[in-house]
Amino acid sequence: MELANIEKLLEKYENGETTLAEENKLKIYFSSDNVAPHLIEYQALFNYFSTSKNERFTKTIQLNSQPRNWRWLTVAASLVLLISVYTGYQKHQQNKAEKVFNETQMALTMLSKNLNKGTTAIGELQEFEITKNKIFKQFK
Amino acid sequence: MKQSEFLNTVMPFKDKVFRLAKRLLVSTEEAEDATQELFFKLWRNKENLKSYNSIEAFAMTMTKNYCFDRLKSKQASNLTLVHSNYKEKGTSLQKKIELNDSISLVERLIEKLPEQQKLIIQLRDIEQYEFAEIAEVLQIKQTAIRVSLSRARKTIREQLIKQHQYGIS
Repeated sequence: MELANIEKLLEKYENGETTLAEENKLKIYFSSDNVAPHLIEYQALFNYFSTSKNERFTKTIQLNSQPRNWRWLTVAASLVLLISVYTGYQKHQQNKAEKVFNETQMALTMLSKNLNKGTTAIGELQEFEITKNKIFKQFK
Repeated sequence: MKQSEFLNTVMPFKDKVFRLAKRLLVSTEEAEDATQELFFKLWRNKENLKSYNSIEAFAMTMTKNYCFDRLKSKQASNLTLVHSNYKEKGTSLQKKIELNDSISLVERLIEKLPEQQKLIIQLRDIEQYEFAEIAEVLQIKQTAIRVSLSRARKTIREQLIKQHQYGIS
C-alpha cells in the first residue's frame, strides 16, 4: 500500500476514527519488512497488538470441583481430628492402666516378702515345738 | 444448561477473558485465578445466561468488574503487583528476547494508562471489538469510547517516539 494512504490511516487511527478493516490494513502493513523509516516506532505497537492476541489461557477450567474440594477437606480434617483424639485417649488410658498395674505388682511383692518372713518365723516356732515335744515325751 | 453446552458457549472467549484480566491485573497467575473464578461464577449463574443477548459481552463486563474489585482490595491491603511475568514459559531464545524487548515496552506503556483507556485499547486494538460491542461491555457511549481511545493511542505514540529518540541520541 502507498505511503500517503498509510499516513492518512494513521491519522484517522489516532483520532479513533478507523474501522476494524482499516486497522487490519495497518497491522498488515507494519508486520511487513519494508516499513517507512519515519514510521518505524509504530511497528512495535502494531506487532505488540498482533502478538498479544495470541496469548492463551492454558489451564483447564474447573466448574464444580472447587467447592466440593473444600467440603471434602473439612470432612477429612474432622476425621483426622477425631481419630487422633480417640487414639490419644486410648494411649492415655493404657498408660494409666500400666501405672496401676505396676503399683499393685509392687504392693503384692512387698506383701509376699513380708509373708515369707512370717513363714520362716513359723518354721522356727515349729522347730521349737518339736524339741519341746521331745522333752515332754521323755518325762512321761 | 448442561456442562458441555455451557462449555461450548463459553470456550470461544476464554482467552479474551484471560487477556483482559491480565491487562488489568498484570500478573499471569492473578489473571489465571480471575479467569477460573469468573467461569465458575458464570457456571453458577447458568440459568440466567440465556436472558443476555450477548454472553460474551456480559462475561467481559463481569471480568472488568471483578478485576477492578481485585485491584481495589489489593490497594486496600497494601499489596503490590508482581511485575515479573514478562518472560514467557519455555522459550528463552536470544532472538525472542530481543524482539520482546520493544514489545514489552509497548506493554509497559499501556500499563501506565488509566484503567478505562487500558480497557478500551485491549478491547479495540487487541481483541478487535466493534465500538458497539465495547459500548455494551463498558456500558458507556460510543463517542466517549472514541475520545478515550484517541487519547490512549496518542499517549502511546508520543511515548514511543520519545523512547525511540532517546535510543538514537
